[in-house]
Amino acid sequence: MTDAAVALPARRRRSSASYRLERRIKKGFLVVAVGLVLIYTLFPYYWAIVSSTKQGAALYRNTFLPAFDLTYYKALYENRIFLGSLVNSAFVASSTTALSLILGISAAYALGRIDFPQRRGVLMTILMISIFPQVVVLSGMFELINWLGLYNRPSALILTYLLATVPFTTWILTTFIREFPRELEEAAIIDGCSHFRILTKILLPLMGPSLASTGILAFILAWNEFLFALTFILTDENRTVPVAIGLMGGSSRYEYPFGQIMAASVTVTLPLIILVLIFQRRIVAGLTAGAVKG
Amino acid sequence: MSVKLARADRRAAWMFMAPMLVAMLVVAVWPLARTFYFSFTDAYLDDPTNYSLIGFENYLEVIGDRTWWIAVRNTLLFTVVSVAIETVLGLGIALLINQAIPGRGLVRAAILVPWAIPVVVATKMWEWMLNDQFGVLNQVLISMGLIDHGIAWTANGSLIMGVVIFIDVWMTTPFMVLLILAGLQMIPGEIMEAAEVDGIPAWKRFWSIVLPLLKPAIGVAVLFRVLDALRMFDLAYVLAASSEQVMTASIYARNRLISFQELGIGSAASTWVFLLVAFVAILIIGVLRLDRAAGEAP
Repeated sequence: MTDAAVALPARRRRSSASYRLERRIKKGFLVVAVGLVLIYTLFPYYWAIVSSTKQGAALYRNTFLPAFDLTYYKALYENRIFLGSLVNSAFVASSTTALSLILGISAAYALGRIDFPQRRGVLMTILMISIFPQVVVLSGMFELINWLGLYNRPSALILTYLLATVPFTTWILTTFIREFPRELEEAAIIDGCSHFRILTKILLPLMGPSLASTGILAFILAWNEFLFALTFILTDENRTVPVAIGLMGGSSRYEYPFGQIMAASVTVTLPLIILVLIFQRRIVAGLTAGAVKG
Repeated sequence: MSVKLARADRRAAWMFMAPMLVAMLVVAVWPLARTFYFSFTDAYLDDPTNYSLIGFENYLEVIGDRTWWIAVRNTLLFTVVSVAIETVLGLGIALLINQAIPGRGLVRAAILVPWAIPVVVATKMWEWMLNDQFGVLNQVLISMGLIDHGIAWTANGSLIMGVVIFIDVWMTTPFMVLLILAGLQMIPGEIMEAAEVDGIPAWKRFWSIVLPLLKPAIGVAVLFRVLDALRMFDLAYVLAASSEQVMTASIYARNRLISFQELGIGSAASTWVFLLVAFVAILIIGVLRLDRAAGEAP
């Protein structure tokens, strides 16, 4: 009787100590894992920054700190063709985004708010268009671009990018619109308000954040596109940034201008990373809204 | 009255969708139809108006080409291996972020960085890090004494496919993590607590509770990633141009079409790519549906 009364607290103390130790080990393990994940995801971009600020022989020595030599950046910003491709990319990506948001929000209103029999069919068709490979439309698109006289013009890219961005914005905005309570518009419907007014006066003012996250995703999609930009643009001054970087190269494998390529890479990626970090939560919401509910 | 209203609603719906539908007709349906049409002709890109119909000859030409089968094999190998690694790694990182740990917000933000970087840029960054003479990876391996001289990661025929897969895993695991994380957060906490109170070991909680509940989320993520991987073009093209070692089906089709100017054969190759992707999509959706049906049965 007394034995058990004495033994019990002792055992409990020991088990709580081992429990604490176990928890500490687990926590240490988790912190190490987090560190590894951070190095894995962030080091390549950090290394691009480091490499882009080194000059000449220093580039080939692996010190892990940046040298803050901005020669490559200066050369890059004096390079008219590269600056031109930045302007082209900005023009193409923002026009594509604006157009896809307008087409997307209008269609999303119908798909999210009005009941009509073919709704499911339309949604499925949109989903199918968004997953089929771009190379499949390449021949037909080539002919279309030539007919319209858009070959080798950045505006050709705006048209072709709609193939990827419009299904995407329509799909995501539809899921966003469905999340708004219908009560919002019921009074307006009873008052005989038109659909156009419901969309522009009631829903749109509330949809700022949804439009922002959808817009950012569409912008990134258009900014990063490669296949169409490579195929439909012929001359250097009309190229977009990804193709300009993709085609940068030296006269041989051994004098490859890696420093310059890294400077260009850092430059075109920085705005995207800043956007992504600022709108982190919204972007995650947009990405998962499309997939989880679909 | 209500019938009239419903009809007015229906008309309104089509009007709201009209701009989107017109855009899709112009940039998706029409080019797709033209590609199918050209695949039955002997047209060349320099003069697409001058051609005659030749039936299925182009299709036979493509499947009789050894390079096409190499491209198909590369595409399938790339898809299966990279998506498998991404799923496992994505699941691991998602489980990690889901824990209450210091720096959780930081990891969640950091994980988005590889996803936001353009494919071309990511490829160039890794190409530089993997450079045989000056790449940081070889330098680190040498200084650790693991190798004597740098490995030519991107020039060696048997390694380059591994490099392509590695870069793709780096870029697209974030997408996996986000989707799986969304799935994890929908699992009610009470279930896990109940299991923990009952003294069920952690691995069994994961295997019998978390994994079955995550299946739909993982299924959707895998479907998206597989379809995306099957059409991969930019990564392999930037790293190795038209080298056969990593040529994908999309690169093959574009080569025939643009580099060789063979509008007919290129269109037939594109159509084969389309059929391949459609076949795999139907297969995966079928498996997911069967799964769901099996889950619903008592």
